Amino acid sequence: MASEEMEQLVRREYTQGFVTDIESDTMPPGLDENTIAFISKKKGEPEWMLEWRLKAYHQWLKMTSPSWAHLDYPPIDYQAISYYSAPKKDEDRPQSLDEVDPKLLETYEKLGIPLHERAALAGVAVDAVFDSVSVTTTFKDKLAEAGVIFCSISEAIRDYPELIKQYLGTVVPSADNYFAALNSAVFTDGSFVFVPEGVTCPMELSTYFRINAANTGQFERTLIICEKQAQVSYLEGCTAPQRDENQLHAAVVELVALEDAYIKYSTVQNWYPGDEDGKGGIYNFVTKRGDCRGDRSRISWTQVETGSAITWKYPSCVLRGKDSIGEFYSVAVTNGRQQADTGTKMIHIGEGTRSSIISKGISAGRSNQSYRGLVKIGPRAKGARNFTQCDSLLIGDQCGAHTFPYQEIGNSTATVEHEATTSKIGEDQLFYCQSRGISEEDAVSMIVNGFCKDVFQELPMEFAVEAEALLNVTLEGAVG
Amino acid sequence: MSDEQTFLDALSARADRRGAEPTWVAARRQAGAARFEAMGFPTRRDEAFKYTDVRAIARGDFTLSQDAQDVTPLSPATAAALTLPLKALRLTFVDGIFAPELSDLAALPAGVSVEPLSQALAANHEAVGGALGRLAGVDFSPFTALNTAFAEEGAVIRLAPGTVVEAPILVQFLSRANQVPLMSHPRVLIEAGSRSEATVIEHQVGEEGAANFSNLVSEVMLERGAILTHYKLQEAALTDLHVSSLHIDQGRDSRFTSFNLNLGGSLVRNDIVADMNAQGAEANYFGLFFAQGRQHVDNHTLVNHNAPHTFSNENYKGILGDRAHGVFNGKVIVRRDSQKIEAHQSNANLLLSDRAEIDTKPELEIYADDVKCSHGATTGQLDEEAIFALRARGISDETARGLLTLAFAGEVMDQVALDAIAERVERTVAGKLPERFNLAGLVEAAAALDEE
Repeated sequence: MASEEMEQLVRREYTQGFVTDIESDTMPPGLDENTIAFISKKKGEPEWMLEWRLKAYHQWLKMTSPSWAHLDYPPIDYQAISYYSAPKKDEDRPQSLDEVDPKLLETYEKLGIPLHERAALAGVAVDAVFDSVSVTTTFKDKLAEAGVIFCSISEAIRDYPELIKQYLGTVVPSADNYFAALNSAVFTDGSFVFVPEGVTCPMELSTYFRINAANTGQFERTLIICEKQAQVSYLEGCTAPQRDENQLHAAVVELVALEDAYIKYSTVQNWYPGDEDGKGGIYNFVTKRGDCRGDRSRISWTQVETGSAITWKYPSCVLRGKDSIGEFYSVAVTNGRQQADTGTKMIHIGEGTRSSIISKGISAGRSNQSYRGLVKIGPRAKGARNFTQCDSLLIGDQCGAHTFPYQEIGNSTATVEHEATTSKIGEDQLFYCQSRGISEEDAVSMIVNGFCKDVFQELPMEFAVEAEALLNVTLEGAVG
Repeated sequence: MSDEQTFLDALSARADRRGAEPTWVAARRQAGAARFEAMGFPTRRDEAFKYTDVRAIARGDFTLSQDAQDVTPLSPATAAALTLPLKALRLTFVDGIFAPELSDLAALPAGVSVEPLSQALAANHEAVGGALGRLAGVDFSPFTALNTAFAEEGAVIRLAPGTVVEAPILVQFLSRANQVPLMSHPRVLIEAGSRSEATVIEHQVGEEGAANFSNLVSEVMLERGAILTHYKLQEAALTDLHVSSLHIDQGRDSRFTSFNLNLGGSLVRNDIVADMNAQGAEANYFGLFFAQGRQHVDNHTLVNHNAPHTFSNENYKGILGDRAHGVFNGKVIVRRDSQKIEAHQSNANLLLSDRAEIDTKPELEIYADDVKCSHGATTGQLDEEAIFALRARGISDETARGLLTLAFAGEVMDQVALDAIAERVERTVAGKLPERFNLAGLVEAAAALDEE
């Protein structure tokens, strides 16, 4: 089906690539102790936070960039990156949407996310991160009524230092890996969620953020804590403007679930993947980890990854509590020259812990994609259970799909299953659809959506719609 | 002194004692030694040895078997007890040294040549030089480099085009319980001409208490349409150390079947690498590893689909008891433009004890799109309901577990065509079955029931 139409679709431009012209209060590129002190001061952080950052920085200096992933990219010059960028009116933050810079709102319009409408209609509180500083936070009152804290991490450091001290860096220690250490040193913003005991968060929480301003890496830090019997569903979605230079993104997300708590974390990631020669595009090096500390707690990761030039991301669950549950649902789509090395880690420590992993990878064009996962069953995890399924779909003969599942099992009562398949879209399936008058393109779209169904049905409603649309846009042209 | 230096010293000491050798042999030894010195022994930081600690080998003080003195010869009775009760063409090595009195090549059919490496080199070293080391380069691993540097003995098996050998060719490596631990680096070379067909058995077995280190490298070249079944039956003593790598080059329409059956050894590492270089090639890997006590068994397999229309299938079963540690790493690589490939891989593991550990990693690396590839890995325990069902019929708990363990291995063992090998394996796996339990009788009865 290598028709010209197809070709055109493949070469479609990144529709969400545009630059909003807002004067940024950007630091000159470079990273040293002064940069960190500047960020900390700019954020009005207490002394202990600065010390925490500097400690991470010194650890980072001793570490080397990991090379084990199935990725190929030139070395990153960390001194060429600017580590701080914020919209100018930093001191007098807008208190409501009316006060928001119209240009910002315009940006959201272009993205198709009318913030106020979306928030009101969908009942979603939005803590929109534009570059590094939270611009507006809505629905705060309603959340406050329920006792839920939902704010930027900077505010949390100022307003809830005890909680931060207690939890920050306990799931992902600052020396966990190269990018986590870098993030710990220079993170500028991100979200903080705290759901107190017995509270089910009254609405789905969502952060829409974009990377803006050339050359600024975005280093978010997200921390979500659910106390006993609390529940929250958190949505994260990202788009970024078109740029020529690679933008580094090294976020850290930490989730803590205490007894009977349930955290659902969903991501739709559609950052700029680079042009057809693979130039530009976001480097996405993310450390996401959830800690099921309490008995019967549950953490669920759902992700739809369609963007970024390079994705290095392994949302993981540490299943400490008895009978705790970890879940990972992922759809990753790569096209052009994108590279993705993604998967999950399920660390079973407690008795009766269960985890399931469903990973669907679609590679097209000249892209390469790897599933890399670890299932580890400790000696005390009696009766632990894991089911893993990772399927890959190949579209075109220039792409690659790889699977590297690690299983480390040290307990005879554990049951671990892994199955994986790699294939292309069946000629017979296509023929079947076409013989019923469905165009080849629609047939491919149907088959691919069916292939991903297991994951899409895990997404919250609004995201599921968006994900399906994204998938179609990303892939339609690639079939040939 | 570093661990590597001990081995390099042994090597130079040997070089002084050894007579003149053809230039290419000497050059290859040097290359092997240089590569080994550069790489050193692998550590757990090397991905290929992430789960296997080879310090027991690296820190060992082994005397090269050629240099060993005052060793008591193996008694014929012991040798007879160890060997497989099989009508076969037999080539025997005791601690890596050729034992003509235990070998039997009298019935060698036309078109087949089976000889010890030393004899093959003496007769026509140039004919060996072309093939030896073509598949197992010194870069593959520090152990192949070490083997290249040391190897003096081994087996050379050649099949002329069109030759079909009925009797299996048995290459056995016997390991003695020596005063001092010995090391040997045997090398096996198999060249199968077009449309030839044979079964080769590599049998590692030893006296109880043997604590030697053997480092085997085998190279198999299959020309167009050749069919080779390769058995590796490893029943070394529970104190023996064993590393091996098997490299296969497959020509058009050739078929290679590997049985990798591991029962013994304290530290065992096997590598199998098949390169399917032409259309129509087929590779089947069957494996079973059974480990108890503190045994450590590591199997790494790799299938390279370098040509379109190639087929591979792999099935490995692991049974681990006590504090045994099993490792399985299966990798399938499909090169760009290798279309119309089918590759399947499966690894199932049975843990019989809480302190046993299995690390498994079935990998796929695929660069072509018209492929059907799958892999699966499972780990679990014996089904308590099945045990209950057997016990309700008056079978003791121990016997029920033995039977079910045997059944678990069945999927692989059913493929084994040589009864002598199947019996050895089944006896070990179902070892806990009491004497009075007539397993063969039960199997016959079951078969009779099926027929009715």
